[in-house]
Amino acid sequence: MSVIPSRLELSGVEKSFGTKRVLSGVDISVAPGKSLVIIGGSGTGKSVTLKCALGLIKPDAGRILVDGRNIERLRGKDRDTTLARFGMLFQGAALFDSLTVWENVAFRLLNKNRMKRAAARDKAIATLAAVRLPADVGRLYPSELSGGMQKRVALARAIAADPDILFFDEPTTGLDPITADAINDLIIARTRALGATAVSITHDLASARKIADEVAMLHEGRIIWRGPPSALDQSGDPRVDQFVHGRADGPIQPAL
Amino acid sequence: MTHRNLALVVVQRIGAGALEAFEVSGRTALFAIDAFLSILRPPWHLAELGKQLIRIGYFSLPVVGLTAIFIGAALAINIYTGGARFNAEQFVPQIVVLGITRELGPVVAGLMVAGRVSAGIAAEIGTMRVTEQIDALRTLSANPMNYLIAPRVAATMIVLPLLTLIADVIGVAGGYAVGVTTLDFSGPVYLRNTSDFLEAGDVAIGLWKALVFGFIIAVMGAYHGFHSAGGARGVGRATTNAVVSAAVLILAANYMITTLVVK
Repeated sequence: MSVIPSRLELSGVEKSFGTKRVLSGVDISVAPGKSLVIIGGSGTGKSVTLKCALGLIKPDAGRILVDGRNIERLRGKDRDTTLARFGMLFQGAALFDSLTVWENVAFRLLNKNRMKRAAARDKAIATLAAVRLPADVGRLYPSELSGGMQKRVALARAIAADPDILFFDEPTTGLDPITADAINDLIIARTRALGATAVSITHDLASARKIADEVAMLHEGRIIWRGPPSALDQSGDPRVDQFVHGRADGPIQPAL
Repeated sequence: MTHRNLALVVVQRIGAGALEAFEVSGRTALFAIDAFLSILRPPWHLAELGKQLIRIGYFSLPVVGLTAIFIGAALAINIYTGGARFNAEQFVPQIVVLGITRELGPVVAGLMVAGRVSAGIAAEIGTMRVTEQIDALRTLSANPMNYLIAPRVAATMIVLPLLTLIADVIGVAGGYAVGVTTLDFSGPVYLRNTSDFLEAGDVAIGLWKALVFGFIIAVMGAYHGFHSAGGARGVGRATTNAVVSAAVLILAANYMITTLVVK
């Protein structure tokens, strides 16, 4: 095992919904400043893994450790400060449609950090610039933006309060290849600029190869393979092979 | 299938239904308590409260006013017709004002606002649920109870008594209009009878009811929206359930409050 202490670690995380077992012992660990990408088919528990890590879903068993501390045991201020270190980019952007773009980006600054509106707006506009959006986008509402722009705004909102652990849920899904690559570039640039640790889930292999320091494959609620992106093509695991080459025939049954 | 098996299946179905009913009402009650406590607990999102006061209160004025005037008018005619059977038609002003302030003002305002606001809250929060905006709130260190639900509950509880007061005035005016135009009452006499007979306690009961109804309306909308799942269809179901449950609970609560105060 690695000697560097993990920034984020999930160990033996299990979760069932009713009789359906989604996670049956997920173990992942990410070293500080590294980027882990979890790949896997639809319905293999990628989103649930991410939501457990974020504290949005309570796992049935297992531990979630941030710098070695179990976040479920944290209470009050300790818990708040730990959760404030997280930033999340949702698959559908999940922007608040009753707020303008800049209010979305500055949401945590305004509501949690109680920053003055003018200062929060300046910071929001600077953050929008960091994801290459002009300042006047700030006045618009999320519904007035294209899908790619919404993703950028969502990325800006995730990074605005300078988190040091970032989560990306299918960051490129639903985008054309060029926009998707632009989002990949932004994710890499912003994560580096913050010195943040990143955990992404995706089924877009081009994106995985680009943003990952390490790739882990989730299948049937367990991590079945992990390695550097360069090793994806020689994994030696027929299930990873099937996924990488996108074949319907193989050990994994397509989810229909 | 034998008769014994059939009986077993029936008993099982009834048992499962009863258990589910208990589970749902327990969960709703816990949610309601949590929502109530969230109003009292900082941080208060005052800007959000202001927005909701306008959306819920101000924009409900037309619908509450219009229904109140028709209810007051119809009430006056009914009391006149009924009263005429035993020579009591002169009591129209007194009974209209009593009926409006104690019962119909708060109930009509409550039901109309339930239709508008429960549905609106359920649809908005339900959509936020299915588009992961509620999860997003939590990852941005905002408690959805405090940020979303408390302002809506507080706003509805503040505006419904005010809307009820307005419904009271407009309802009495509706009765007055019919009274002087078609029932041959003299205007000054109608008004004097109304004001002499009315006690502050009658209005107060109506306002207490409105406070409770306001809570029911917002909590039902929030509860169904918050627990919606399954895309557009789930949001649609949440909206319907919110309105239906709010309306039923308003009428049940109205009966209970009336029984408690009129012994």
